[in-house]
Amino acid sequence: MAYFRSHILVCNDPECLEKGSMEILDLLKKEITKQGLEDEVQVLDTPRIGACAQGPEIMVYPEGHHYIQLEKNNIPFLVEEQFLKGRPVTKWFAPEIPEGAQELREPTTKEVRVVLRNCGKIDPENIEEYIAEDGYQALAQVLTDSNPDEVIQIVKDSGLRGRGGAGFPTGVKWGFTHDAIGDQKYVVCNADEGDPGAFMNRAVLEGDPHSVVEGMIIAAYAIGASQGYIYCRAEYPIAVKTVKIAINQAKNYGLIGEKIFGSEFSFDLEVRQGAGAFVCGEETALIASIEGRRGEPRPRPPFPAVSGLFGKPTNINNVESYANIPQIILRGPEWFAGMGTEKSKGTKTFALAGDVNKTGLIEVPFGITLREIIFDIGGGIKNGRKYKAIQTGGPMGGCLPEQYLDLPVDYEKLTEAGSIMGSGGMVVMDDETCMVDIARFFLEFIQDESCGKCVPCRVGTKRMLEILTRICNGEGKDGDIELLENLCMEIREDSLCGLGKGAPNPVVSTLRFFRDEYEAHIYNKECPAKVCRALINYEIDPEKCVGCTLCARNCPVEAISGERKETHVIDPDICIRCGICKQVCNYEAVLVT
Amino acid sequence: MSVEVKNDRDLIKTADKAVDMYHAKKEELIPILMKVNQDLGYIPKVVMAHISSRLNIPQSHINSVASFYHMFFTKQTGRHVIKMCESAPCHVSGGREVFNTLKENLGISPGETTKDDKWTFITTSCLGVCAVAPVMMVDEDIYGNLTPEQIPDILAKYE
Amino acid sequence: MNAIKSLDDLKKIREQAIEKRKATANSGGVQVIVGMGTCGIAAGARETMKAVLDFIEENTVKNVVVTQTGCIGICEQEPILQVATSENEKTTYGKVSPEIAAKIMKSHVLGGKVYEDHRIQI
Repeated sequence: MAYFRSHILVCNDPECLEKGSMEILDLLKKEITKQGLEDEVQVLDTPRIGACAQGPEIMVYPEGHHYIQLEKNNIPFLVEEQFLKGRPVTKWFAPEIPEGAQELREPTTKEVRVVLRNCGKIDPENIEEYIAEDGYQALAQVLTDSNPDEVIQIVKDSGLRGRGGAGFPTGVKWGFTHDAIGDQKYVVCNADEGDPGAFMNRAVLEGDPHSVVEGMIIAAYAIGASQGYIYCRAEYPIAVKTVKIAINQAKNYGLIGEKIFGSEFSFDLEVRQGAGAFVCGEETALIASIEGRRGEPRPRPPFPAVSGLFGKPTNINNVESYANIPQIILRGPEWFAGMGTEKSKGTKTFALAGDVNKTGLIEVPFGITLREIIFDIGGGIKNGRKYKAIQTGGPMGGCLPEQYLDLPVDYEKLTEAGSIMGSGGMVVMDDETCMVDIARFFLEFIQDESCGKCVPCRVGTKRMLEILTRICNGEGKDGDIELLENLCMEIREDSLCGLGKGAPNPVVSTLRFFRDEYEAHIYNKECPAKVCRALINYEIDPEKCVGCTLCARNCPVEAISGERKETHVIDPDICIRCGICKQVCNYEAVLVT
Repeated sequence: MSVEVKNDRDLIKTADKAVDMYHAKKEELIPILMKVNQDLGYIPKVVMAHISSRLNIPQSHINSVASFYHMFFTKQTGRHVIKMCESAPCHVSGGREVFNTLKENLGISPGETTKDDKWTFITTSCLGVCAVAPVMMVDEDIYGNLTPEQIPDILAKYE
Repeated sequence: MNAIKSLDDLKKIREQAIEKRKATANSGGVQVIVGMGTCGIAAGARETMKAVLDFIEENTVKNVVVTQTGCIGICEQEPILQVATSENEKTTYGKVSPEIAAKIMKSHVLGGKVYEDHRIQI
């Protein structure tokens, strides 16, 4: 691949497009070629440079020169001065933003779809539609123009970090596996997206499977692997089917198989399914599962890069990490590194779920705030309720309350705040959520999914769950909070793998920010959010009840009595607090106290 | 999923079909067990014993793998299996109410099968469709945007 | 299907695919796209797809192609249906039940008029 000394990025956002940015792009290309610079200067289009109001705008890297309000007749002069004579044309630069006004340059709330670019646009079961969207061009370029070291360098330069949650620099990981000694190497895609609330990977596998396949083939070439596996959870049968179709189509076109694109590189790819074990999202457990064993993690080192699947050097990356690769190759690492924050480059997909109006998938550059995600893109809290907390990063993530709404989202900032990036699940909670119940809930999940191998996780989470269950049942004791805090510390320090180490996070963060709720449960036997069944009562408001008998007729345990047109009464001793009466009442006469 | 009583010979035939499909490779144990689970609704002991001898793996290993993964059943299930997602996004979106309604309508708790062998009710981890929560699966059919009122009609669809 | 052995082969297929897309768009034909990701199916997209196909059969609608796509990402609007009448004109509809699908087919696909009630911006 030719190494360009400069890249020109031309903004293709709608506002810039309307102002003629693509004509500017064409003129730039023509002028660059005219000056004989086509092997030195690359011209690309890109979304979101950020000053469309003063478009058309371009960005020149690596210098970082931002030109705005360009006109067609500016181009020949600009190319000659900037690229031939090395003299940037400062009169056309974007004005310097004074120090104090830096916050004005916060990212806009517009999404930037890189990984999700084809989802919902193409028929995922038709490889030609992927090819029409520049599919497999990156692979062709890499196999004909670059050697493995160059490919690894590009990925390193892009700043791409593993999107599965750990955030380890992808290029560095590829480098380790490339350098490891082994007669056989493997690439594995971790598609065991088990985090509740995370479904980004599912969408990519179902909507644009070839982006993952192409990314994996490129990775295999870079590290020297001849065999790959996509390990997909069995709870995603449609994703499994779509990926298998994609692989078959790629094989039919010779994009998987012997001597791809006429090169010496050969590669085969298979799908393996999980069987319902969250822990298999952990890379060593995943490897065990492919090998036909219980999905139990093992200590590291040795890391999979050195000794992984079947004891051979193995590169494991998340679906999203691979899906980014073709675009990074085609558009160049500087384009990718031009988005995001200092240490978290590029974009990230997030799955918004819970009490937010617009649930679904988004893809945004790092640096966007939680407030923008929840309120601007997510449309705010459902039913006009008040925001209480957001849990990021899956069941091992922390819950962040209101004071963190202006937190810019990136790996470091989320960890500092006491949560994690995880794979990108974001569960929004409103003021009707009991945070103790939520902590108990996540712990129940983790207890269920603990592989059982190490004592801190297996026994520790069980004991924590017992304590939390007691608290939610109104049987909390003085000393429970301190005991929980102790257990959290020990489990975190002594567990074998990420599942155990992260298990205390929901408890730690809810104790930190919502300690008053725990205390209300324990000392006042009250659930402030009116959720914990043992601590609430359902009552009928005599002012609102019209005696329609709907609640009585729907009560599964016949706890409600009353004559037609007369106020009904709930017997608290029979009532099981299922909430059905409140659901069916048309007069809002059922109160929870 | 069928509950017809199969004799041991038929069960072993099913086991052989699965093993042959994956060329009797040891590392394909999980796909083999998955195939048996799909065909029979569960993995009977006699099948585990047969797979053990065909793959030359100790039966204890087969048992330990079969009991590890949530999607494998080692006991016979009802004609239909209901998997209700009990993960946080479903829980906060009304999943609790749907879960309670299901429990009331079926008359059983998670992990149990109804006396007439019609329903097995289990909870499952996240199905990955959280944006249309609450969600449940009945056999291979997936239902989203659930409300308690929909439950009786959905259940009535199945024989 | 011939194996792709070079960048030129790939470019040829790309051009053919783009041409095919343009031809379908310019033929005056209509493309109806139903989101069939798992979230769509959980929201009832299979029944919506069936309603679309039934409508086409019962009304012998010609010049319409029905395809599927994956998860667009606005899952709470599922089932999602899109009607594309030419290269740049694509209308997206949300919460398309089988009944609404039939109404959209009648109003937009047959009658050329957007069914405003369920239209959504993406």
